[in-house]
Amino acid sequence: MIRNRSFGSRLFDLANTVVMAVLAFSCLYPLWYALCLSLSDKAAANSGVVTVWPVGFSLHSYREIMADAKFFNSFWVSIQRTVLGTLVTMLVLVMMAYPLSKSKWEYKPRNVIMWLVVFCMVFNSGTIPWFITIQSYGLINSIWALVLAGSLPVFNLLIMMNFFRSLPADLEEAAVVDGAGPWRILFQIVVPCSVPVLATIVLFTSVYHWNEFFQGLVLTTGAEHYPLQTYIKQMVVNIQTGSMTLDQLERLDKLSNKSLDAAKVFIAMIPMLAVYPFLQKYFVSGIMLGAVKE
Amino acid sequence: MKKRWSTRTHYHLMVAPGLLWLFFFSLVPMVGIVMAFQDFNPSKGYWGSEWVGLENFAYLFSMGDSWQVIRNTLIIAVSKMVLNLVIPLVFALLLNEVTHPRYKRLVQTVVYLPHFLSWVILASIILSLFGYNGVVNHIFGLFGGEPKVWMQDAGIFRQLVIGTDVWKEFGYNAVIFLAALTGVNPNLYEAAAIDGAGRWKSIWHITLPALVPTIVLLGVLSLGSVLNAGFDQVFNLYNPMVYSTGDILDTWVYRMGLVDLQFSLATTAGLFKSVVSFVLIVASYAIAYKAADYRIF
Repeated sequence: MIRNRSFGSRLFDLANTVVMAVLAFSCLYPLWYALCLSLSDKAAANSGVVTVWPVGFSLHSYREIMADAKFFNSFWVSIQRTVLGTLVTMLVLVMMAYPLSKSKWEYKPRNVIMWLVVFCMVFNSGTIPWFITIQSYGLINSIWALVLAGSLPVFNLLIMMNFFRSLPADLEEAAVVDGAGPWRILFQIVVPCSVPVLATIVLFTSVYHWNEFFQGLVLTTGAEHYPLQTYIKQMVVNIQTGSMTLDQLERLDKLSNKSLDAAKVFIAMIPMLAVYPFLQKYFVSGIMLGAVKE
Repeated sequence: MKKRWSTRTHYHLMVAPGLLWLFFFSLVPMVGIVMAFQDFNPSKGYWGSEWVGLENFAYLFSMGDSWQVIRNTLIIAVSKMVLNLVIPLVFALLLNEVTHPRYKRLVQTVVYLPHFLSWVILASIILSLFGYNGVVNHIFGLFGGEPKVWMQDAGIFRQLVIGTDVWKEFGYNAVIFLAALTGVNPNLYEAAAIDGAGRWKSIWHITLPALVPTIVLLGVLSLGSVLNAGFDQVFNLYNPMVYSTGDILDTWVYRMGLVDLQFSLATTAGLFKSVVSFVLIVASYAIAYKAADYRIF
């Protein structure tokens, strides 16, 4: 490409580089800030002197968390939920997407099912009927409520189905000739050929389950059943969003422990930061496969 | 002889778990919509509760709150729709002008990150940054500003909600534009340069037109979220002092239904939102189908 090297153009490059740096900084700083707070001593964190560096470096908050059984319990609930939720979702999606990737001549009810599925995606029963239904199933406080209550992720189903459709038909035909049945074709041919799209959906699904807090809030009745995000919502965010006069706020500041709160938040971020490199690798292609989302 | 199942039977078996999941967790809850037309009493259930016709709707819209909540919802949702299209577009155009490939990749990696963090996590950090002892007050203090708790100021709560949402999503929303830009033929830029076009003219006459179909499609499809102001975000950031400007339909439904236990009224408000959204989504898909040949399946 021919580059215009005029003064104005160079000035633009400089300004653009700076703007990009500022944007990138704005996205990283909040995470850094949380880390700094968590590594500062309690008094410094509460008085607000922590800005770009830990003040009075201390691992006290992390040591305190180590002794917090409720925190670890919630962490464990979140892990269970994420693993179970991802496994169940992937199994159901793979099985369902395969017949739906057939034409209506190969699988007659295909279009009826598709319309039903899309209807469920665009029409929502609303929070209250949904809550009362789950309650009537006796799933309150059950890990299965957290795994299933979000219902079938239709958008991911569409992505997967479209990908299966794009696979060359010859592959399957060859397998049919060799005498393979539908299950064998699905798990020994279609699935191994679809690793990128499956990886994308595994990542999306696990991020969804890890980050979800609302179901944990309304479908459980006690802290011992909270997933981690709900725990943080209840123990950290709610205290900050209470409406208080400045007097009360100052008193609260003495009682609260911003350093400890930040440490909890930071630990909750760690799994996400750990999978982020993989996420990054796959989600771009994932979005493109689904063409456009909302 | 062993009876063999037909391929079709196997297909039915494969589809069954997904359909059951949808049935029990999407379709059965829809039965509960009858509560909107009842004076629902949990001990009597759907069949025993008294039917009241459209009384709940009449009562709901006679409340002063409802119009304020709808207004807040529309202001926040529409602002987000517009800005979540425009800002990522501008960002993608600017990023596309970055000449250093490694710097470009680094910026991309970092700006996608907030999208993957939950609002619970981000809200707890944002509340701290914008709190009484937060960094924002420090910066403001340098210019002689009085410290305050930003998220308790009803006058700026909506702007903060919109701003933080755009901040969280701009990188991720730019992905689709950046992907569209990789499809632009580089020869076009060379031809334009030979014809004496500067960078600004290249952007205006080549890059931007290449993005128009994507912009139109995303714009049309976003119509469905006119009443979606973002429950997770508002729920984690708001407090009673900003209800006047920050309370949205979803948070209102939550408090009415699951805190005050007014099941019928909350279901009615939820149904209002669901129906309006449904109509808008269907309309937007129809437009996208006609105008851009967009198909969901």
